[in-house]
Amino acid sequence: MSTPIFANFHPDFYVERLWDKCIKCKRCIRECTYGVHIWDEKKKTLKEDHTKCVGCHRCSAMCPTNALIIRRHPSDFREHALWTPWFIKNIYKQADQGGVLLTSTGCALPYKNYFDHLVIDACQVTNPPIDPLREPMELRTFIGPKPEAVEVEEVNGRFRLKKKLPPVIRIEVPIMFAGMSYGAISLHVHQGLARAARDLGTLYNTGEGGLHASLYEYGANTIVQCASGRFGLHIDYLNAGVAIEIKIGQGAKPGIGGHLPGEKVTEEISKTRMIPVGSDALSPAPHHDIYSIEDLRGLIFALKEATEYKKLVFVKIAAVHNVAAIASGIVRAGADAVVIDGLKGGTGASPTMFRDNIGIPIELAISAVDKRLREEGIRHRTSIIASGGIRCSADVVKAIALGADAVYIGTAALIACGCTMCQRCHTGKCPWGIATNNPELMKRLPPEVAYEKIYNLVKGWAHEIKEMLGAMGINSIESLKGNRDKLRAVGLTREEMEILEVKHAGE
Amino acid sequence: MPLELEVTPFHYSQVNKIIREHISKGEREFVLRGVNGHRYLFAGVSAEVSAVIYGTPGLDLGAFMRGPVIRVFGSVQDGAGNTMDHGKIIVHGMAGDVIGYAMRGGKIHIFGDVGYRVGIHMKAYMDKVPVIIIGGKAGDFLGEYMAGGIIILLGMNTIYPERPIAGLFLGTGMHGGAIYIRGKVRENQLGLGLKPYALDSDDEKLLESYLKEYCDDFGLDISEILKEDFIKIIPYTHRPYGKLYAY
Repeated sequence: MSTPIFANFHPDFYVERLWDKCIKCKRCIRECTYGVHIWDEKKKTLKEDHTKCVGCHRCSAMCPTNALIIRRHPSDFREHALWTPWFIKNIYKQADQGGVLLTSTGCALPYKNYFDHLVIDACQVTNPPIDPLREPMELRTFIGPKPEAVEVEEVNGRFRLKKKLPPVIRIEVPIMFAGMSYGAISLHVHQGLARAARDLGTLYNTGEGGLHASLYEYGANTIVQCASGRFGLHIDYLNAGVAIEIKIGQGAKPGIGGHLPGEKVTEEISKTRMIPVGSDALSPAPHHDIYSIEDLRGLIFALKEATEYKKLVFVKIAAVHNVAAIASGIVRAGADAVVIDGLKGGTGASPTMFRDNIGIPIELAISAVDKRLREEGIRHRTSIIASGGIRCSADVVKAIALGADAVYIGTAALIACGCTMCQRCHTGKCPWGIATNNPELMKRLPPEVAYEKIYNLVKGWAHEIKEMLGAMGINSIESLKGNRDKLRAVGLTREEMEILEVKHAGE
Repeated sequence: MPLELEVTPFHYSQVNKIIREHISKGEREFVLRGVNGHRYLFAGVSAEVSAVIYGTPGLDLGAFMRGPVIRVFGSVQDGAGNTMDHGKIIVHGMAGDVIGYAMRGGKIHIFGDVGYRVGIHMKAYMDKVPVIIIGGKAGDFLGEYMAGGIIILLGMNTIYPERPIAGLFLGTGMHGGAIYIRGKVRENQLGLGLKPYALDSDDEKLLESYLKEYCDDFGLDISEILKEDFIKIIPYTHRPYGKLYAY
């Protein structure tokens, strides 16, 4: 008797075919990359293997006669508050395969989402709101160190700065695209992100998988990443962008390195990453040249020296318990921007336990870091970039009011490209053509479509942010930064409010 | 005539600036004297130039560089050849930790001993194969996560006669490339799943050609090196952690 696969007995989803509508065109078979839809040659009909369905909704979206409905599988376990289907099925999977549970995207557990407990202020009577349609409203943000004070001298009757200001990067909207590597997402998404970043006047981040030749022309809008695996990292790459991000950690998997599963390491990916086809692209948990703040300074200046001090160096960490002290060390090590990726930050592959249980929420981290850097008098020496679970423009506004200079969005940009959050990026089979390098699947999302969708999203958010700023009576995003008075808490404890430095609604 | 520089009074940044200025003017040969802990020398330099360094360069000598051939009469500190792309570093003394981290191409020849974590995450693609040859002994984690390239460990010119030729966790997680060791290592020194192999004739040919260049660099006798047998350590799979996960 063969060993039963328990996980297969209890499918997550149920594929319902409306036979009065189905024309047996087999489109569903072609669209599904997981092998759910099957043609029965004998009976000349379609069958479904529900156990393989991941709930991506590609088939139902593409079905020409709307004959498919994907729902949660209706057969339930007996209710139990502790042993929910999630835990039961995970145990089946591990008992079947004996491995580490792997998943994608960001934390799926319902921890308290602090953004949802913060409300934004608006002007009434005493201080008139501003209408961004009629009056100037500035979202322009400068990333990088600012001088402690500006010294001005008079030369021949004209005023000028005594000292040259350190280089900064100008972005027209405080939303940038988070590091997602070529390999984790398709080249087409990279091309879409790059073009959208250029047209929006912001930056996208290459992630750690190197840079495709077709993307060098977007250098002025590019952040290149240097992670522990050092994939695709050479001098032209370092010089390609306007900033280099040293990735120490990531919110979806604090404390471990990146992992591009071998399924996604195709010939093209093998070439940029310089590893064998089909092997897992492993980034070690630490950078092996960084075991201390002094070592971090070593790498920051190695990168600055190698690029002749023309590039800003960002350092990205996951938000963990001592994030404020760590960020302080990072600023002292010479980072021009600190990127903090919170508990809810996404990924293309992470052990489930890490994704759901490690790290702290970004809202608390932003506030704690901003406060610590202010107390130490070094806030001006860096920018804070926040990421992890930014779902809408109000989240952006709240993050900035808590002390961030700008935010990164990753998951939101992918959802703009059609992602349905099925959380199977690590399989390389993304039926929407987003998180895959399969040339046939990639065609499902052409770069122009990715560009248009991402561009539209950020354009919409930017306008919403202007409206919210106007409502608060502020005409520049700079006046919102760390302006916690514009926030009030609803349903938070004293302690939480202390960390966030916000008052309760009604106070 | 090479450009001679006495660098003692200068900060590393100034030294690199001078080097870059002269490279852009067409200078191709450099002699640096009085080097004492200067970091990042030749970091990110992309040019076919040569340099002779007297003294002890600091952190990350030749990091990210593409092209320079650097000969050091002295020892080098941690991170020499960090993510280097092409070129060569020849060290007449010893070397510190993390030499050739994530190296993508080029060669590093060390006369004496090296520290920990050397050759971690070296890569290779097609004919781009980085090589590190160590005349002395190596610390723990030699060739960890190696994805490609070649490490040759001789264990001959060492100041630690009492130590084993390599430390623990040798080649842990390697999924490409090869490590050649003159003599033997105990199996418990090797990373999980790895085994030592005897060399075949292709290995011997390859080894000889790399060692010949190494011997030429230091004026050594190759027959002395080849007197003892080598072992080879290669990945047992290109996906050592492929079965780690349950989907």
